[in-house]
Amino acid sequence: MDRPSFATRSIQAAFLAIALAAWYGLTASGSVSRLFLPTPSSVREAFLALVATGQFWSAVRVTLTTIAEAYAIAVVAGLFTGYLVTRSRFATEAIEPLIAGLFTIPITLFFPMFILFFGVGTGSKVAYGAVYGFFPIALNTIAAFSTFEERYLRAARAMGASHWDTFRHVLLPGAFPLLVNGLRIGFFIAFASVLGGETLSSIAGVGRNIALAAELMEPARMYAWITFVVLTAISLNMLMSSLEKRVQRQ
Amino acid sequence: MRDALHRSKTGIAVLQIENIPPTDAAPVPGRPQPARAAGEHAVAIAIRNICQRYGDADAHDSVLALDDISLDIGRGEFVCLLGPSGCGKSTLLNIVGGLFKPSSGSVTVGGRPVNGTPLPAEIAFVFQESTLFPWYTILENFRVALKFQGIAKAEWDDRALAALTAVGMARFARHYPTQLSVGMRQRVNLARGLCVGSDILLMDEPFAALDEQTRMVLGEDLSILLAKTGKTIVFVTHSLAEAVFLSDRIAVMTARPGRIKTIIEVEERHPRSPDFMLEPRFSILRNELYAMLRDEIRRSMAEQSGAPSAAEEA
Repeated sequence: MDRPSFATRSIQAAFLAIALAAWYGLTASGSVSRLFLPTPSSVREAFLALVATGQFWSAVRVTLTTIAEAYAIAVVAGLFTGYLVTRSRFATEAIEPLIAGLFTIPITLFFPMFILFFGVGTGSKVAYGAVYGFFPIALNTIAAFSTFEERYLRAARAMGASHWDTFRHVLLPGAFPLLVNGLRIGFFIAFASVLGGETLSSIAGVGRNIALAAELMEPARMYAWITFVVLTAISLNMLMSSLEKRVQRQ
Repeated sequence: MRDALHRSKTGIAVLQIENIPPTDAAPVPGRPQPARAAGEHAVAIAIRNICQRYGDADAHDSVLALDDISLDIGRGEFVCLLGPSGCGKSTLLNIVGGLFKPSSGSVTVGGRPVNGTPLPAEIAFVFQESTLFPWYTILENFRVALKFQGIAKAEWDDRALAALTAVGMARFARHYPTQLSVGMRQRVNLARGLCVGSDILLMDEPFAALDEQTRMVLGEDLSILLAKTGKTIVFVTHSLAEAVFLSDRIAVMTARPGRIKTIIEVEERHPRSPDFMLEPRFSILRNELYAMLRDEIRRSMAEQSGAPSAAEEA
């Protein structure tokens, strides 16, 4: 993809500016209760107070570790399953619709089961994020390898390529764009699942603190946490797409 | 030696044939006869009683794709496999190159049996231009090709650049295939087949995706190459003019099941000039081929549509 032009960037900046202005406008006019939507300045103050506490950083560490563990499991399981399935056309035809079908079920419904099996600690969130993140990675891996152009493999075989050479120089680089796509989607699904899971039921982490602030009627504090998550998600997304562009610059 | 500097439609100098090392095994100077019967010269490829059947022979839906094909291809000879689509000519080429294993029969190359195992040192394939790996630059494409063929790393770049220079494409070594025109890509693809230095080139409709002018220019290049390097080339094509212009012998195949219907010889020295196409015997040969193929094409069309052809109804 081309580098974003000035025009596309301007539209994105304008969107953010409008959202912020609306926030200011709504809170300044007093048409929305401060309990539901605190003023931006009170959220900023709450955020600064929050960052100064050790509690903030320990919650962030818990959540990031949980996401990292969930994602690592999802990546290994998704890539491995996806690749294995595509080794046979029969397996692809049988298993791909199964995985795609399971992915359409809201796995959130099974979240209580995760709590039952793995407890309210981080284990249940790791498992939940890993299961959710597995699907897009496995599905994209299957798509990458099963739609692979046969002619490249035939050319490699005619040139006497070994199995490993074929994998390393033909299959892998050819499948790469779709693999990276799956890894990116899988990451954000694992990220969202872990935070969502923490909000629903947990004893520590960023999601837990958001739920707690809501229960304790501390809207400024809750929005401060949410702002932190939004900023983290935006920077991770920018990091991911710049990595993706770097590996795909061909 | 004729001036090898052609200009293609893209304006690139096409072929500086001096840069291509001659194949070790073949005598280069003065290819004695432009066309000869197999047996007079050393046989490069011996095809014996090849049959290819899909499905069990007993099953009613089994398909006999190739029926008892035998053919000797001499060293330094250019043989075209010509036939209606679906006659199995590409299948036959893949069997010769060891990519497919035939149901029965044998292929020997330089005395070695090919039985579903490619012999990359002896045989190079040139497919359509779209088999260049789009994720690698042109130079990287050559490096992996040479790596696959087990050639020492120290030789990769020299060989790649020599082959690219031979087809006038050295300037584009750092480009990605998608940055080149289709004609340029096919020239690069041809060079990839040459860089290994194998005696035999198997070409599966390599120019099918090109426009006619580019096709003719590349055809001339190939004729010069043949004259200079003494490579043995087996070439699958749909094009009658291409077959007559390039071949020493044309094996005309029947509609499924593929059999060799006739072998036509073309008596003209390589390198062939475009003037050859203006000679009356060129048109005569071409028309002869067309007459031979017409019935086969009608039969194959009728079989594919499941309806009797106009010719059969008449």
